[in-house]
Amino acid sequence: MRTLKSRCEHSQRTGRVGHLSVRDELPALGVSLPSDRAHDRLAARSPDVLPPNTSRPSRWGPLPRHADGPVSYLQGMPADTPDLAVRLRGIVKRYGSLTAVAGLDLDVPAGTCVGLLGPNGAGKSTTMRTLTAQSIADEGEIEVLGYRLPAESKQARAECGVVPQLDNLDTTLSVEENLRVFAWLYRLRRGERRAAIERALEIANLADRRDTRVDKLSGGMRRRLLIARALVHRPRLILLDEPTVGLDPQVRQELWALINGLRSEGVSILMSTHYIEEAERLADTVTIMSQGRAIAAGPPHELVREHAGAEVLEVYGPPARLTEVERDAQGNGLRTRRTGTSITLMGENGELRHEGGIRRPANLEDVFVLLTGEEVE
Amino acid sequence: MSAHPGTARRLHRLEWSAIAGVLIREIINFSSYWRSATFGATVDPAVYLLAFGFGFGSLVSQVGGYDYVQFVGTGTVATAVLFSSAFPAMFGTFVKYRFQRTYDAILAAPVDTEELVTAEELWIAIRAGIFGCVPMLVAICFGLNARWSMLTVPVIAFVAGFGWAGFGTTVAATMKSIDNFSYVISAVITPLFLVAGTFFPLDQLPDWAQNLAQLNPLYHTVELVRHAAFGWQPAADVAHFGVLIGFALLMWRVAVWRMSRRLID
Repeated sequence: MRTLKSRCEHSQRTGRVGHLSVRDELPALGVSLPSDRAHDRLAARSPDVLPPNTSRPSRWGPLPRHADGPVSYLQGMPADTPDLAVRLRGIVKRYGSLTAVAGLDLDVPAGTCVGLLGPNGAGKSTTMRTLTAQSIADEGEIEVLGYRLPAESKQARAECGVVPQLDNLDTTLSVEENLRVFAWLYRLRRGERRAAIERALEIANLADRRDTRVDKLSGGMRRRLLIARALVHRPRLILLDEPTVGLDPQVRQELWALINGLRSEGVSILMSTHYIEEAERLADTVTIMSQGRAIAAGPPHELVREHAGAEVLEVYGPPARLTEVERDAQGNGLRTRRTGTSITLMGENGELRHEGGIRRPANLEDVFVLLTGEEVE
Repeated sequence: MSAHPGTARRLHRLEWSAIAGVLIREIINFSSYWRSATFGATVDPAVYLLAFGFGFGSLVSQVGGYDYVQFVGTGTVATAVLFSSAFPAMFGTFVKYRFQRTYDAILAAPVDTEELVTAEELWIAIRAGIFGCVPMLVAICFGLNARWSMLTVPVIAFVAGFGWAGFGTTVAATMKSIDNFSYVISAVITPLFLVAGTFFPLDQLPDWAQNLAQLNPLYHTVELVRHAAFGWQPAADVAHFGVLIGFALLMWRVAVWRMSRRLID
C-alpha cells in the first residue's frame, strides 16, 4: 500500500532528495511519479508494478481508480496533471524601495504539501498573492497547474482554492449562502451546485450550522468555513496562507486533520506558515524563506539532520551564565541558539558536552532559528 | 508541461458567468439590508420633493411653465439616482475592499477586476433605475399626469446610475481614507446636485454657470426626465442621452482602471 506520500517518504529515507530533485532521483530508486512517460509505458506492459490505489477512508467519498496512475479525488479532471503544481523561478517583487520577494525559486510537486516557512515579513504572503495574480511579480516565471501567470491566471484560479490569511467571509450571510456565492463564482453548473455545497458543509463539519450567520460563528468554525469555501469546486491545488494563525491549539489540530485529509487524497497544497510545528506535521517538503529568498528547502527531517544534527544540548541558567556558555561554545566552533531561559548548542554529537546540559532531539525550530536568525513566537 | 490539455472550457475576458456570480452575491446580500437601502433611497428624495415642492411652491406656483411640485418631482429623479448610486459605490466599494476584504476573496476566484467592477456597477445601476422612479411616483400622487413616455425613466435612471456608480467606484479606489470622501462630496457632488436644474431653472444663472452645467450629467438627467414627463424634444433629448451614455462608458473604464490599480499590486 504505497500512496504518493509514502512513496515520497520512502525516497526521503533512501537518499537526499531535495524538493527540486525528487523526480530526478525517483527512477533510480525504482519508484516513479505517476505522470512519468516512462512510467506510463511501463504500466502499459505490466500493470501490476503500479502502486495500488490508496484505500484510506475519505471524506470525499470513494476515490476513483485511474488506470494510468495517480489516485485523484478530482473525478472528471484529466489525469494528465503537470508534474509540478506550482513552479516559481526567480520571482522578484518590489514595493518602492522595499523588496518583498528577492529571487524566489519554489516548486510544489503535484500531490504533495509544501510548507513555506518564514518569519513575519519574509515575503510569504506576497508570494501567495502572486500565485493568484493579485500581485504581479516584477521579474521571474510563474506556472500554476501548467498555466503561465499572469497571462493565464484566470484559468489557473478556476482550478485553485485559496484560503486567505485574513478572514474575508461575508459576515452578514449565512454559512450556506457564503458557499453558494462561491459555487457561482467558481462557475459550477446548475446541477452541481447543491451537491458541491453539501460536500463543502460536510468537510467543514458545519452542516447543522448552514443557516447560521457567519458573524455568529466561533473563530474555529469561521476558519473551517473559509477552507470549505476554497474547496467547493474541488480544486487540484490549494493555497493556504497561514491557515491556523490566531487559533487556539485544539482548533489548530482540527484544521491540521482536515488539511492532512486533503493531502492524502492527492490535492497539491502550498501552505505558508510561521508555526514550525504546522510545517513539521503537514509538509512533505519545507522551504524556509527569509528576506524574500528561499534559504533552505527539503523534507523537514532532512533539514533538521543537515543543519542541526541529530541532537542538541540545551543549557539552562541565569543570564550571565548563559552568556558565558554561549561564548565558550562559539569558541569551540559550535552553533548556538538563544531562547528566553536557555541556550541551545548544536554541533557534531561528540562535541556536545556541557555540564548540566540536557540532550534532546534537534527539531525544525532549531533549523529555523539557526538559518533565519529569528526567534519563534 | 506547457499548455494544459483542455481541462475546462477556455475562460474569456468579461464573462457573463463571472458577472452573474458577483451579482448573485449582491442579490443575496441585499436580502439582509434591503429595508434600510430602500428607505434611504426613497425617503430622501421624497423629503426634498415635499419640502421644496410645498415650501417653495407656496412662493412660486409656476416655474418654467410647470407647476412647481411637478417641476421638482421630475427633477429629484436625478437626485434619487445620484444618492442611490454614487454614495453606495463610494462607501460600499471602500468598505468591501478595505475593511471586509470581499474583493480579495472574489479576485482569488476566476473573476477579474473588470468583471468585478462591471458587475458591481450593474447592480447599483439596476437599483438606481428602480429607486430613481420614486420621486416621480410621489409627484404623480400630487397631480403629475402619467404618460407612457415615463416608462423610459427607469432606463434613463439606469444609465445615469451606471455612470455615477463608476464615479463612486473611482473615488473609492483613489482615496486613501474614507474621511477624504467629504472633499468629493462638498466640492463635487453638492455643487453638481444644486446646479442641475432640479430646484430652479438654470436660465436664471450667469452664462458661465449655464455653460458649466452642460458638463453636469445630472443636468442632462433632469432634462431627459422632464421631457419624458412633459413631452419629448427629440433633437435635444438625443444629445442629452448621448451625453449620459458617454458619461457612463467613460466612468466605467476609469473605474476599472482605478480599481485594478488598487486591487492588483
